[in-house]
Amino acid sequence: MIRLQGISREFLVGDQTIKAIRDIDLSLDGGEYVAIMGPSGSGKSTLLNVIGLLDRPTAGTYLLTEQDVTHLSDNDIAQIRQTKIGFVFQFFHLVPRLTAADNVALPMTLAGIPPAERRERVNAVLESLGLSERAHHRPDQLSGGQRQRVAIARAMVMNPEVILADEPTGNLDSKSGQDVLRILEGLNDQGIMLLVVTHDPDIGARAHRRIRIVDGDIESDIQQE
Amino acid sequence: MTARDTIAFTVRSLYGFRVRTILMLTAMAIGVAAVVMLTALGEGARRFVAEQFSALGTNLLIVLPGRSETTGGPPPMLGETPRDLTLHDALALQRIPGVRRVAPVSLGNAEISVGARNREVLIVGTSGDYRHIRQLNIGQGRFLETPDPTRVVPECVIGNEVRKQMYGVQAALGQWLRLGDRRCRVVGILGTEQHSLGVSMDEIVLVPVALAMAMFNKESLFRVLVEARSRDRLKQVDNAILTAIRTRHEGEDDVTVISQDAVLATFDTILRALTYAVAGIAAIALAVAGVLIMNIMLIAVTQRTAEIGLLKAIGARPRQITLLFLSEAATLSMSGAVVGWIIGEFGAWAMAQAYPDVPIGAPAWAVLAALGVALFTGVLFGIMPAKRAAKLDPVAALSRR
Repeated sequence: MIRLQGISREFLVGDQTIKAIRDIDLSLDGGEYVAIMGPSGSGKSTLLNVIGLLDRPTAGTYLLTEQDVTHLSDNDIAQIRQTKIGFVFQFFHLVPRLTAADNVALPMTLAGIPPAERRERVNAVLESLGLSERAHHRPDQLSGGQRQRVAIARAMVMNPEVILADEPTGNLDSKSGQDVLRILEGLNDQGIMLLVVTHDPDIGARAHRRIRIVDGDIESDIQQE
Repeated sequence: MTARDTIAFTVRSLYGFRVRTILMLTAMAIGVAAVVMLTALGEGARRFVAEQFSALGTNLLIVLPGRSETTGGPPPMLGETPRDLTLHDALALQRIPGVRRVAPVSLGNAEISVGARNREVLIVGTSGDYRHIRQLNIGQGRFLETPDPTRVVPECVIGNEVRKQMYGVQAALGQWLRLGDRRCRVVGILGTEQHSLGVSMDEIVLVPVALAMAMFNKESLFRVLVEARSRDRLKQVDNAILTAIRTRHEGEDDVTVISQDAVLATFDTILRALTYAVAGIAAIALAVAGVLIMNIMLIAVTQRTAEIGLLKAIGARPRQITLLFLSEAATLSMSGAVVGWIIGEFGAWAMAQAYPDVPIGAPAWAVLAALGVALFTGVLFGIMPAKRAAKLDPVAALSRR
């Protein structure tokens, strides 16, 4: 489903060019559970951002569901992010003044989905994550684990084909972290591709495929049965 | 994103950043309130003057000595002086058909005294017709009666304040009043609180015109007030006055006749310009509010970097982000403008209570212009921050907490 061919991402820092990821070839199929691991600064987040179309590669070709998305316009890219990709971030990134339900509804609001349908889908998603009672609480009234679950609800409400999680447990205690991982893995069981970026080997060990990145290069790519 | 959702999102974010919202509303409100109140004041002054003039009677012509326009021709011969506008000239005007009343006016300051009390007052020398032309009320006694204005009759009519100061609680009517080196008998007292063109008539002394001219040793009148029989005949009387004076002044046009309308038009122009000027000054406040809105929206973009990054990550198009921020700026400036409008109208109302004589009220054009400018500056100054928000790099925006 995702094919990267010779993808590089360079940054200009001062007058020096820094290669965050270099010449990466990678092919991921629908429904896979992949962990991208590596020390900090290895380029794993950059790779995730490129895959999530938040960042554009400086070289190479990116095919998403057979479509070349390397040179699409900002609007087209926004459209793809909206319908095909769900993001889960380390710092949750909930809008503080909106209730949990409104945060979850936000992608649908932006997509122009009518309010009645939005309500229905939000309720269903919150229900499935056990958050129905918290629907009308604002993020500052929720615990960290609850916040991350709201963020996951937001990521899955548009029925994406892939969920990209950047250190999803990095800001949680271990129990909440376990809960969050189980929820994400549950989504993977339903056929959604799950891509987790982490520096924690224990979390990485749970994935079926483990890609290790060092200095912007794929050092190892292990498929585990 | 539908319009309704955009508005709902905007209102939430305005509500979410309350201090910021209140500050911006205040800035905009001050600007609009300033425009509304200042133009209300300017417009009030203009209408006040117009009303004062119409209270004087609109059939009035004022004859002044001297010419206000030059008409070319040879320069005056050496030693020639402008001719006086004499009392006889004024009497001649009486005979013009279409003229109802003529009041010659001679002005001067003089010291008046009764016993040990004395003070300086404005002396107005005129004839009996002055009372009707200026629509004065008589409190006690009678007004000046001048069957022959050329005769020096030692009588006077005093303003109410003059009566109080000179006679106190004693009866003033029939008493002598010393006027400089002359004296006259008080035959009448004006009613209280009389104004003519905003000047109080309470502190003047009216005497027969011949007495005033003799006192001040003047040959020329200050002016002659002529009341025409009707408004339609104003132009005709105007010409007849010029002709009459020209005949009496050896063919020279050396008086100026101004009509009430001309004076009113002049005042109107001046006060209207003044209103525009204060409106312009107040509009600077609006521009300042606009800059403030830009500044605060820029801060908002910085503050909400993460939120913008998130919106982008979940599929917001650049245009949607621009629209969200523009709609915030527009909503802010518009609600600020409406609040300012209400405050301004209230302020104008309060001023009208304080000065009931002046018809204070903001003209519709000023209100519409203020609201329009507020919205325009809000949107204009909102564009730059909104564009900046739309251009934010989502990766950089999300990498911060």
